[in-house]
Amino acid sequence: MMDLNLDAPHSMGTTIIGVTYNGGVVLGADSRTSTGMYVANRASDKITQLTDNVYVCRSGSAADSQVVSDYVRYFLHQHTIQLGQPATVKVSANLIRMLAYNNKNMLQTGLIVGGWDKYEGGKIYGIPLGGTVVEQPFAIGGSGSSYLYGFFDQAWKENMTKEEAEQLVVKAVSLAIARDGASGGVVRTFIINSEGVTRNFYPGDKLQLWHEELEPQNSLLDILNAAGPEPMAT
Amino acid sequence: MDLLKVNWGRRKHSLFYYLFLASKQLFPLDLYLFSPNPFRFDQPSSSSRLFDFGRMSQSGVDVPAKGGFSFDLCKRNDMLIQKGLKAPSFLKTGTTIVGLIFKDGVILGADTRATEGPIVADKNCEKIHYMAPNIYCCGAGTAADTEAVTDMVSSQLRLHRYQTGRDSRVITALTLLKKHLFSYQGHVSAALVLGGVDITGPHLHTIYPHGSTDTLPFATMGSGSLAAMSVFEAKYKEGLTRDEGIKLVAEAICSGIFNDLGSGSNVDICVITKGNKEYLRNYMEPNPRTYVSSKGYSFTKKTEVLRTKITPLMERVEITEVGEAMEE
Repeated sequence: MMDLNLDAPHSMGTTIIGVTYNGGVVLGADSRTSTGMYVANRASDKITQLTDNVYVCRSGSAADSQVVSDYVRYFLHQHTIQLGQPATVKVSANLIRMLAYNNKNMLQTGLIVGGWDKYEGGKIYGIPLGGTVVEQPFAIGGSGSSYLYGFFDQAWKENMTKEEAEQLVVKAVSLAIARDGASGGVVRTFIINSEGVTRNFYPGDKLQLWHEELEPQNSLLDILNAAGPEPMAT
Repeated sequence: MDLLKVNWGRRKHSLFYYLFLASKQLFPLDLYLFSPNPFRFDQPSSSSRLFDFGRMSQSGVDVPAKGGFSFDLCKRNDMLIQKGLKAPSFLKTGTTIVGLIFKDGVILGADTRATEGPIVADKNCEKIHYMAPNIYCCGAGTAADTEAVTDMVSSQLRLHRYQTGRDSRVITALTLLKKHLFSYQGHVSAALVLGGVDITGPHLHTIYPHGSTDTLPFATMGSGSLAAMSVFEAKYKEGLTRDEGIKLVAEAICSGIFNDLGSGSNVDICVITKGNKEYLRNYMEPNPRTYVSSKGYSFTKKTEVLRTKITPLMERVEITEVGEAMEE
């Protein structure tokens, strides 16, 4: 019965999304990290910072993606000092790609790099398993992304506003959470544009209900705890 | 780019290693030592280098293997197991370990049972390891691995403190542990709950054997983690006081002790606050011995004491202040 396999490597089932809009990018992710069938962390932060203006969404093996993003953050810091100005999104994506491609036998991580720089504006680069780098107007990744291909084909449009783009990302992640067992928890979004970075947090119970989803009734958690926990601040 | 020439514990194979491998494959084990070996062939260095930054791999043949794991004996072990020999199991800490952040700092808790397969090897072991005066680490998994890894990082932290002249930060310990565990790709079976209070505030992290880390307000690890997590999820709230926090941690560990076979015996608790730590060893003992002989222990043959000599192992150094420093 106990085939939870707590010794399985930590993987992030995940749904990660990166979307460009008129003036910047919006990155979104769920927050579930699983070890086998057990949710090891229900509030993880899968969007990590590489530089002030470039962030990366991580999926796949938790250890591999953390190490890759740590290395690239270090390289980019050095690069920024040498260059004398903020690193571009293209350079960040390329550094990730070099690590991912040259170590493709040992790494198991898919990443979406998104950011804003003054030369190209908002850009999204998808770097799936194997180490390809593809510049895309929007990118989806992780196990939950399988359920979103059709949705994005229909719902994505060029030149959205910031609010439209963020609502699209939140809706998409919440749809994936509804259907994918390995995605869940809360929805975190990052909006990156010329003004800077805005973090947003949407708790799981505040998301819209989809087909056959019910309102919580007589939930013991609601009864026992009057107020829910505050979002973690890093 | 010079930056990309980082080396990660690369192992170069010597000629002797190839000969050894060749001989194992072609001769039975007892004859290997006596037969000359005319065979020489190249073996690809499969897992010798962990991170390749784009250079061609160089198979050096002159430098003997140093550091890292050597998997040479694995083939021999497989053969022995096939022949019917049972491998000795290693000491694992079944374990329930927990940590939580409360109002003034961090509370860590652990059970005290160490198992060797189905046997309890140690009924009262210490799973909360010292890392720095303000940082402690609970360890689950293989006992040797957790001890070794925490000792190693603890001494690295001390050297770092001497060098920087500052108190250690929790994130330093985290990065050192994470890099070590990742480079061994999960073979160092240590799952850790690292907690401490440094200049930037209280921190609590979990580290998994493959090298991934999470930062959480409350965390559980080990075989009893599900039992303990259910207690935390039901009762944790932000801004707990010290007593509430200790009570909750004790409850979570007890839940692991009574519901998980790999955890048992007593509850250890460690409370770390800014500038102060309390290690409450055996805070709770919910499993006392059921039958205690009234006679007590007595050894059968009386041992005669011939001579008693007591040697103190540590000299006590007295420092006396001699008034004001001399001024010119």
